[in-house]
Order: sequence, then structure tokens, then C-alpha cells
Amino acid sequence: MSGLTHFIKSMTLWELLKGMRLTGRYLFVRKITIQYPEEKTPISNRFRGLHALRRYQNGEERCIACKLCEAVCPALAITIDSEEREDGTRRTTRYDIDLFKCIFCGFCEEACPVDSIVETQIYEYHFENRGEQIMTKEKLLAIGDKYEEQIAAARTADARYR
Amino acid sequence: MSDNSTFEIEINGVTLEAHPDEMVIQVADRNGINIPRFCYHEKLSIAANCRMCLVEVEKAPKPLPACATPVMEGMKVYTDSPLARGAQKGTMEFLLINHPLDCPICDQGGECELQDVAMGYGGDVSSYTEGKRVVMDKNLGPLIATEMTRCIHCTRCVRFGQEIAGLREMGAVGRGEHTLIGTYIEQAISSEMSGNIIDVCPVGALTAKPSRYSARAWELNQSNSVAAHDCVGSNINIHTFRDQVNRVVPLDNEHINECWLSDRDRFSYEGLMHQDRLGEPAVLDHGEWTRQDWQIALARTAEILQTAVAEHGEDQVGILVSPNATLEEMYLLFRIADHLGISNIDHRLRQTDFSDQDNAPVSPSLGVAIAELDEQNAVLMIGSNICKEQPIIAHRLRKASLNGASIMSLNMRDYDTHFEQDEKLLGCPSGVINHLAAVTRAVLELNNQQAPSDLSDILAHNEPGDEHKRIATKLMDAEQGSVILGVQAISHPHYSVLEVLATQLAETAGVTLGYLTDGANTAGACQAGILPHRKTAGEDRADPGMDAGQMLSGTLKAYVLFNLEPEYDCWNAEQTIKVLTAAEHVVCLTPYVTDTMRGYADVLLPVTPYTETSGTFVNIEGNWQSFQGAVSAHAESRPGWKVLRVLGNLLDLSACDYMSSEQVREELASHVIDVAAGKPPVDRVPVKLFDQPDAGLQRLTGISIYGVDNITRRADSLQKTPVAQDQMIRINSKLAGKMQLRDMDRVFVKQANNRIRMELVIDDGVPDQCVWIPGGTEHTAQLGDLFGDIELEAD
Repeated sequence: MSGLTHFIKSMTLWELLKGMRLTGRYLFVRKITIQYPEEKTPISNRFRGLHALRRYQNGEERCIACKLCEAVCPALAITIDSEEREDGTRRTTRYDIDLFKCIFCGFCEEACPVDSIVETQIYEYHFENRGEQIMTKEKLLAIGDKYEEQIAAARTADARYR
Repeated sequence: MSDNSTFEIEINGVTLEAHPDEMVIQVADRNGINIPRFCYHEKLSIAANCRMCLVEVEKAPKPLPACATPVMEGMKVYTDSPLARGAQKGTMEFLLINHPLDCPICDQGGECELQDVAMGYGGDVSSYTEGKRVVMDKNLGPLIATEMTRCIHCTRCVRFGQEIAGLREMGAVGRGEHTLIGTYIEQAISSEMSGNIIDVCPVGALTAKPSRYSARAWELNQSNSVAAHDCVGSNINIHTFRDQVNRVVPLDNEHINECWLSDRDRFSYEGLMHQDRLGEPAVLDHGEWTRQDWQIALARTAEILQTAVAEHGEDQVGILVSPNATLEEMYLLFRIADHLGISNIDHRLRQTDFSDQDNAPVSPSLGVAIAELDEQNAVLMIGSNICKEQPIIAHRLRKASLNGASIMSLNMRDYDTHFEQDEKLLGCPSGVINHLAAVTRAVLELNNQQAPSDLSDILAHNEPGDEHKRIATKLMDAEQGSVILGVQAISHPHYSVLEVLATQLAETAGVTLGYLTDGANTAGACQAGILPHRKTAGEDRADPGMDAGQMLSGTLKAYVLFNLEPEYDCWNAEQTIKVLTAAEHVVCLTPYVTDTMRGYADVLLPVTPYTETSGTFVNIEGNWQSFQGAVSAHAESRPGWKVLRVLGNLLDLSACDYMSSEQVREELASHVIDVAAGKPPVDRVPVKLFDQPDAGLQRLTGISIYGVDNITRRADSLQKTPVAQDQMIRINSKLAGKMQLRDMDRVFVKQANNRIRMELVIDDGVPDQCVWIPGGTEHTAQLGDLFGDIELEAD
């Protein structure tokens, strides 16, 4: 009996028709293809893109050189040097993230007790020269300054799930 | 434990053996049962004020603190029953009421007892919502950083001060929530063991200032090593961060330093990467210093040595070695010298009287084990500023003193000690000899013995007074007694007489004679053959060479200096520099270079300090303690033993292809089999009479606690401590009255042709007609002999 069914299905190209039905269905559903870079997909508040170091509103950097992000980083992408600043507070003198090593897992963000290191929604960047992939403290703070509004908004939106 | 009987108790259902006078926590610790605690510390008294170690004891109505509950036969203890757990959790919550949750910025974070115990025994949330207590920080000086808000009042630091350091500098003021720990008056902690309160503090209230905020506990690599600044050989653990020494902490060794460490050993690492560090070999070429390859610099060194020996003879080359060099370096230096026929080799740089050197022990020793010092009944220290020179030995003597021992001293200045001294004898350089002669005579008289003929004159001249008789009686009565010759006795201008008398005294009184030497490896130097009159393991040289004093009194053609800064480390700085400048060639193997050194040297070879080389130090007990390098060698510098091995090869020294420092050590060890056996005594030096008081003023010198060697002198934080800042000369009020000087006056100090201006303190602990001057410091390096005639002139 099964031999007969198989014979009929083969002769009528049944499998092909099944496939064509799926194709046909997608011919009429709403298209999701976007025209990047003119068009962009929406991004989650939890998106893990390029890193940034944030500041408090009074302009003081948040980072206290606790080195928890360095300790938690599974790719060993973060390198920190710290010392006592003149005012007696604990601060970094160097905060480097090697983006070639970084796997964008977001553990650094999770580990940070002061919400200083964050991953922003920026995913469009490139390097033209050797060594540019090292994000220094200055670069990270500059990104933080530039996108603070966006960063803060994303965090506020996500706050109740955290 | 006075009673050796034992009985059984039960902890968590396990039957354990206990001694009658133990506490529950001690039995638990011995058997690996963990009980959380903060205030309990095995070396300190029991305070039972943190309540963290509460455990359930059967038939007790409430949980009891394990640290203060003595064991009883058949006792049943539960450390993790619901009652005990509840009590621990409650205590933890109380402790965290006021403790800030600033672990991310706390240097203790990651190695914090509070953090650990909170993880293990604390709750998840606090029911406390009120504001936390805030306490102002104290300034405890340049070594210890405070964050007093974090203090949980365990009082370990207070008890350390009282019980171990012997200085009640810290204390608790107020009660309950208002308790404050601090120095009553704002001041730097002055104890030379103060760094230990950083270790005993279970939280981050007291942390190390020099390494503040520089690394987290989990980033550090640990290497065991041996401290290189005194003859004790304290065991240390060097913590390194990215191939740099970040801090030094003690390594427990019950036989030597227990769990303590002196500040000098702890903080000296700061000097390691000083800007004076020599990075590359350099050769003086037509008056210009040029950086050179090792190959060229070593070839030049070999050439200098060979030509000097060939043209001027072996006796025109002198080798001076720091007593802080490692045993391997010393042995290779000995081999090279021996190969070239040079016998002018010495490490006794701050000594001037070598006349009794043939009677010196093969290896200077304390005579007893360091741990045995606790059990001494009577100790006479001669010429020793024990608390500053060997803080760990001072701690042992303090323990002996607390056990009822009589600690007595015979010094050229009344030095402060943190233990009680039963007798203090004070004298100018010749006075010290006369005092010692009087004590020796008193002992001989008590023994009804005749004075040995060579000592009869000096003994007859010194009638023992009551104080001498008391010392004699105490030494005679002691079941275990010691006479110890300290660093200042060894640099005494008539050290040989002191040694003869001390030997006689110890022998007659039936006590041991011990030495407390300068440097970390003096014993090693003697065993390796860094002596002009002896070879390895004390074998006599047929033709003794010049000692350090002779080498530096008249100029030789060539000198080799190993790991030393002659202007600070030698008997007469000024003379030494003159001699070296006049010499044709000077080769310096050194970790640091100074302008003075560039002035007289011809070749500079960068060797590494003890943290960057493997090696061995022989401590004053005679222990060979080996260690590995903790970090890699700075720039182009190389471990001393490697440099000397290659130099040996260039000089065609046979069998000099050692692969490791261990190999060097093993070879030396095969020669040094039994140094304790000693040597047959030779005739003692004739002892002259010291019956004339010294004519003029006499200089007395104590090497500054943080001026002992090239590393310590460069340790910034140590140099900022009040004790290092104290650069003043001391005279007694009688002399001050005579010269119409007052405290803090400025005076000119004149010695030979040098004249420097210094501040003055009136200190009645200085003998008449004497001027006490700190040594090993930049300022006083311009003066001459460490002891001898000196003049004062009002400014």
C-alpha cells in the first residue's frame, strides 16, 4: 500500500507542490527585508553594542576602578590600571577594552556596581589602522558623553526587569 | 599548654581530642572545623567582643562564643545547628548595620574576612533601613591607610599594639555605637612592626598606604621569598602584579617570624623600581659613559681584572661585597677571586677592628634558635639597638621578658625598647669595654675563678659595681642565658676586645654567645669565603689578604664592588670615596647607580636585587633559606650569579658552567658540611687597658633603621616615617650645658676635614662627652669614621 502511495506522490510531483505552496504563501505576507543603511531595524534596550563609560550628572566619572569587569570578562579584553587620585578617591589611570577580543557578552555591564561601563546601541563602527580597536578610557568616556541620553533612556526602560 | 593530659569532646558529632586549657575554637581550628570569627587571633589575647563565633553547646541555655569557652570533658558542641546558625546570622546582620557596602573601592575587597563570612553566614537582605554611622579617618603615618567607617571594633589592632608591639598607640574610645578606634592623639604609629595591623585587621579599615588602590587581591601572583634587610631571614610572600612587586606580606614560619613582619621588610619593596635602577651595562670610555652590551662590558671587566693582576699583582685588587648579596653570588665571587689569586675580599664593611678575626666563629650565629629566645632566662645585649636593627628578634626578646626573663643591655646609647630592661649599662666606646670587663670579673669572682693571664690587667682595673654584680648573678643563675653582640658592638672601634671579653664572660657564666650581624647574609658570606683570612667553610688562607679597612685606607689599583653603595655602607664614607676615585679601575656590580658611583667607576654592571634572582640567604641561626625570583629582571639587568658565571667563564675559571643557582648552592653545600663544629682556638689578641678617658668628644653612630641598605634607602614611604625623618644628632644635657646649646639648636659637626650642619636633640641616654649621629643617611655620609674623634661648634 505504502509503495503505491509513494508511486502516486512521485508521479504527481507532490513534494514539489508542497514546497511551492510555502513559497506561494510567502509571496503574499508582509515583507521584512529592510534597505540598510537607509532603513534600520528597531533595537532592544538590552542591545549589546559598542562600549561606553558613563559619568554622573555633575561630570564626575562613574568608574571607581573596582576591576570587577576585568575579573568577569571571559575574553580577557579589559585591562585596568588604578591609583589613588589627588582627592583620595580610587580611579583608573587606564581603562582599555580590546574590541578584537571582546565577545560582547555584556558581563562587564552586569558586573559593574556603579553602572559605569555599559554597552550602547551603537553597532556601526570600523577601524582603519592597527591599534584602533583598543578603546581607551578617553574614547569610552567620549562615547558615554555623546550618547548619555540614549544610554540613560535604555536603562530606564529596562529598569523594571533588572 | 602546661598540662599534657587530654580528654575528648564532641564537635558536630565528631569526637576530638582536647587539652584542658584550650578554647573550643582552638580544637575546632586544629581539626579543620570552620567557625567564623573576627576578634579571635591565635597570637593575640581573647577579647570575645565580635560574637561571630557563637556556637551551640549542649546544656548551655544560650549560644556561647567558641573563642572564650574553655573545653570541658564530654562537652558537645554544634557549630552549624539551627541555633548556632541563627546566632551567627544575627551577629552578621548587626555587624553589617554600620559597615559600608563599598567593597568595590575597598582594598580589602576579595581578601576580606567580613566579605567571606558575610557570604557564608550572612543573610541576603538587611532589615535595617536607617542611616549608617560615619567615622572620620585617622592619620596613622605614611605606611597605613585608614577608612575607619569600615571598622567593626574587633580590637585586634589595639591588642596587637599592647601585646606584640608593646606600644599602646591605638585604643578604643567610647561605648557601643560610639566606639572609635584610633590613636588618642593624632600621630603616626611609631612601632617598627606597625605594618602587621594591616594583616590583623579583618576588614578594610587598616590597609597598606604604599600599595593603596593599585591592584585587587585576585590579580596578584604570590611567590615565597626571604626578607633581605636583617639577619633574621623572615619568610615573606611577595605579591606581584603584572611582573612588578606590588606588596610584601609575611609568610607564617613559627621558627622565625611567626606571622609577623617588620615594616622594613614589608615596605622596602618600594625602593626596587627607583629611578636610580641601572638598566643597561655601561662602560667609561674616554671619560664618557656609554651603554654597552653585556658581552663588551663583561669582557672589559675581565680585562681590567686580568691586567690589574698581571701588572700590579694580586694584592692590588680588592673585592668588597655587600652582606646582602646572595650566597650563590658570594660563592662565585669567592671562586673568581681565588682563581685570580686575589685574597683582598671582604664583606665586613662597617667594621674597623679586625685584629681578633682569627678567633671569630666560622659562621656568626645567635647560638640558639630564634624560637628558643622566647625561653631564655637572662640575656645581655652588647651594643645593640635591637628594636630598630632586628625587630623580629626584639619581639622574641619581648616574649622572653614577659615570660620573666631578665633582659639586660650594655650600650653606647640608652635605646628605647618595647620591653622592660632589668639592667642598663651605658658607656662611651671605652666605657662599654670597662663595663664588660667589670661584668666578666664579677662572673669570674662568683665562680671563684682566676682571671686568665691575658685579661688580668683589664680585669684588675675594673672593680665590679653593684650593677655589674647583678648582671653577673642573673647570667650565672640563668638556666638558659645568652650574651649577644649586636651590630654596634661589631662596629665598635675596639670590637676585638669586646669579643674577647664577651667570649670569656659567656664561657665562665655558662651561657651562649650570640651575634646579631649587619645585613641579611653575613653568615653566608663567612661560609662562602668572603673573608680575607679564610676560604670557603672557614678554611684558613695561607696568606691572608687585606680586610675591608685596609683595602679602603690606602688606594689599590682596582676594586670590584658588589651590590653596595660605599658612601653609605662603609666605615668611613669620605675616605672610601677618595680611595675609589683615586683607584685606576673600579667595577661596580650594582642594581642602583648614583652620580657618586659614576664618578669613580669604570664599568657598571646591572645586577638584580633579591626579588629578581633566585638565591639563598643564611640567617643568624645558620638556616639556608633559598628563594626564587618573584619578578623578571628589570630591563637589561641580570641576576648576579649569572653575571658572575659568565665573568668566570671569561676569566677561564674551570667548572664554571652552572645551569642554575641551585647547582651553585649544592656545590658550596658540599664544602660547608659542619660549620658549627668551629675551629681550634688561636691565641687571643692582647687586650690593652682603657684607663684613660677619651680626650675629646667621641662620635657614636647608629645606622638609621631605614638606612641599612641600598633598597631600603630608596623606599619612599619608609623614608617619610618619623623615625626615618629623625636626622638629628644627640648629646646629653651635661655636654649641652657645657657648650650652652639647647634643644633643636643647629650645630656644625666637624670630623677630620668635613663639616656639616645638623640639628641637635638633648638626650640623656647618650653618655658624657659623646655625640650620637645617625648613619646610613645622605646627610651624614659626608662625615668620616663611624666612631672616633669629633668636634661640635655652635652655629
